[in-house]
Amino acid sequence: MSTQTVPVAGTSLRGLLEHLPPITTIGPFVALFVACAFFASQTDRFLAGPNFSLILQQVMVVGVIAIGQTLVILTAGIDLACGMIMALGSIVMTKFAVDYGMNAYLAIVCGLLVTVAFGFLNGALITMVRLPPFIVTLGTLNIAFAITQIYSKSQTVTGLPDELVVLGNTFHMGQTAVTYGTVMMLGLYLFTWYVLRQTTYGRHIYAVGNNPEATRLMGIPTARLLLSVYTLAGLLYGIAALLAVARTGVGDPQAGQTDNLDSITAVVLGGTSLFGGRGMILGTLVGALIVGVFRNGLTLMGVPSVYQILITGILVILAVATDRVSGRKR
Amino acid sequence: MSNAAPAPVLQARGLIKRYGHVTALDGADFDLLPGEILAVIGDNGAGKSTLIKALSGALIPDEGEIRLDGKVVRFHSPIDARRQGIETVYQDLAVAPAMTIAENLFLGREVRRSGFLGSVLRCLDKKRMATEATAHMKDLQIGIRSMKQAVETLSGGQRQGVAVARSAAFARHVVIMDEPTAALGVKESNMVLELIRRVRDRGLPVILISHNMPHVFEVSDRIHIQRLGRRVAVVNPREIKMSDAVAIMTGAMQVEAQAA
Amino acid sequence: MKARSHLLLSLLACAAASAYAQQQTIIVGLITKTDTNPFFVKMKEGATQEAQAKGAKLMSAAGKFDGDNATQVTAIENMTTAGAKAILITPSDTKAIVPAIKKARDAGVLVIALDTPTDPQNATDALFATDNFKAGVLIGQYAKAAMGTKPVKIATLDLAPGITVGKLRHDGFLQGFGIKEGDPKIVCSQDTQGDQAKGQTAMENCLQKAPDINVVYTINEPAAAGAYQALKAAGKEKGVLIVSVDGGCAGVKNVKAGIIAATSQQYPLKMAQLGVDAGVNYAKTGKKVSGYTDTGVTLITDKPMPGVSSKDTKFGLDACWGNK
Repeated sequence: MSTQTVPVAGTSLRGLLEHLPPITTIGPFVALFVACAFFASQTDRFLAGPNFSLILQQVMVVGVIAIGQTLVILTAGIDLACGMIMALGSIVMTKFAVDYGMNAYLAIVCGLLVTVAFGFLNGALITMVRLPPFIVTLGTLNIAFAITQIYSKSQTVTGLPDELVVLGNTFHMGQTAVTYGTVMMLGLYLFTWYVLRQTTYGRHIYAVGNNPEATRLMGIPTARLLLSVYTLAGLLYGIAALLAVARTGVGDPQAGQTDNLDSITAVVLGGTSLFGGRGMILGTLVGALIVGVFRNGLTLMGVPSVYQILITGILVILAVATDRVSGRKR
Repeated sequence: MSNAAPAPVLQARGLIKRYGHVTALDGADFDLLPGEILAVIGDNGAGKSTLIKALSGALIPDEGEIRLDGKVVRFHSPIDARRQGIETVYQDLAVAPAMTIAENLFLGREVRRSGFLGSVLRCLDKKRMATEATAHMKDLQIGIRSMKQAVETLSGGQRQGVAVARSAAFARHVVIMDEPTAALGVKESNMVLELIRRVRDRGLPVILISHNMPHVFEVSDRIHIQRLGRRVAVVNPREIKMSDAVAIMTGAMQVEAQAA
Repeated sequence: MKARSHLLLSLLACAAASAYAQQQTIIVGLITKTDTNPFFVKMKEGATQEAQAKGAKLMSAAGKFDGDNATQVTAIENMTTAGAKAILITPSDTKAIVPAIKKARDAGVLVIALDTPTDPQNATDALFATDNFKAGVLIGQYAKAAMGTKPVKIATLDLAPGITVGKLRHDGFLQGFGIKEGDPKIVCSQDTQGDQAKGQTAMENCLQKAPDINVVYTINEPAAAGAYQALKAAGKEKGVLIVSVDGGCAGVKNVKAGIIAATSQQYPLKMAQLGVDAGVNYAKTGKKVSGYTDTGVTLITDKPMPGVSSKDTKFGLDACWGNK
């Protein structure tokens, strides 16, 4: 087979463009940078260490939920139940510690077990009963929500022991107070980046989302792979629950209701394709940050909240349109 | 069978497979000799795909025996067959379009780094996989600009080349190719046929399934003709007319003796 | 033959008797936005008790989430068919529910809105609700009295665009405080959807904008709790006055703990009681209630201010809704 002759890169611009990473990769970073630059120009309170630390804290919970959502979406699935599972986890953790006086760390483990169990349930229904992820997670969303309300009687749990909120404590980097929770979030992102980019498991996740049949034919156990992804996502929702408890200081059964869609927003803004098989985990972090930056920046500028919603909607459309226009095939 | 005939690499005797009232394989035989390209042709319903599925481990025959290098084998799954050294290039290629050539080549068989990084941290050895992928592609003289290209950016023929290179890289005994030129134009088909020859020249016998008679006649060393669930003839493309081969395939012409 | 006709007769007799009995029991329907919010749980409790006391039967239904209009429409239809003489409803979608209510009223059912008025308000026969505007006025007056002559920087943590309850309380607060919308004293206004975590985020961002905020109006007590958390993290909780609305038990506890300075308490139980009474009365006498009945709002605080009448947290805890 002969090498196809390639015309010498015509204009230097085209040559340069060909060497840049695709727009779906750099797009989110550019958008974040432009947003930060814009807000920095509009108000002098934006570009400050403490402000950035705040934004990180504000996106912390959705940020970790979005890690699980990214993994699921990479396999061409979707998880509509993530926020509700997180809320259930936080109620279990807090009620076990407060109502039964259980050791705080044991209570945390119990909460994690519950979220992992729900993740496993999602995965099992999808892989063993062969139901579509959209439908399955739509169902578990309602089940998790109902259980949370019934168990907590829709009452917020207060009076938490200190160990439960330890991740809300801060340490200082110069002038800025940084919470341990945000460090954990960043650490989880780095860990997930490593797994997705540098390990076999990560590569298989991309493969099963890109071409499940090919993955199966190459001898990779796809059912087991998908089951593990949803279960892992459940664990991440549990960690997010712990972070939510640490941030707010309470177990709130009404929490997480908007996190289902907010996590998907972060994933989409970060350049991951909803069709599976393409995207980067760090993009999701950028996506979550974009939403947080806009919310913070617009507040600093005194712009009414409703515009934050408008802008988020516009950004999502732009992100998905860029995905299409960039020529990414299905 | 004369003494000088080499032992078959892959052989089947008396394969029977029934689906309810339908008998797909009715005592089918099969011989693949070393260093050859054996085309398998047959009309729809002749049992051609059932035969290939049995040989590649995609189904288990009801009766009959399969031998690989003389030893009796039983394949429980395609992965089983692959482990024993039989690779298949599927008709739809089974490649992940968004992934690179190197990633596709090693899909399911990824190489990890040595030592601590590999065993504990499970770190992929991307450099080694890229180097080996380049070598495999070069070996088969498939021209690609960059191993980092996503497979979906390649032409149909190049994509076929990636799938073939993958099978050739890992096959130890047999490569099965299912309709490799079906979706390709004239120029790319010729490239793929040349590729098949190179695979054989590297010492791997090839089973070629194809509806395309001109391609079959151009590239194969022998032709296995399947009809009504059995092997009705094995012909030499240089000694028989294409029209006669088609006639045998459709039953218009009867054959008594088994050709060499 | 005889046995069969006997059986048939007794079956008919039973049916007639139960139909007659059903005709005698007054059925009142209660449809809430959701059945998980403790506010509506209390409402249902009140309605159930009152129905029992009056010898009426209560049918209840609830939407799946705040804004679930479809379930409420179905419930109205079902209850009408089942013979309810009156339906009490907290409408999730104040406009979209109107046609279904009209159909029920045309069929002779008395429809009373609880807590939230429909749009237009006269789409229902009557409205038993908290005067949300007054609730805001009370805490506005309190905040003004508490701050005295000190210069104020106010943050308002509101509900969400377009929801009447949020607007009424916000506007009431402004009037009680004696300022108009757009007054420079208001340094930050953000929506919270009544959610604690969102209240915390909104407060954090407001503090970034104006670190010297010293008065915070919140739409409800979860938002107030979130605001407090943000202030505490910034070390500012001592110097800031937080006021709120609702009077749920958790909220009153927060007033007692000094987290919320004052809250306007509302009475879902009373709404339900009055509603059931009106329904039973209509079934018995055919007399309809009409217009707006204020079910009352009380300012709860442990630090009373002159000129603003209030009750203390002991009273508040006795009268609160939710888990005590």
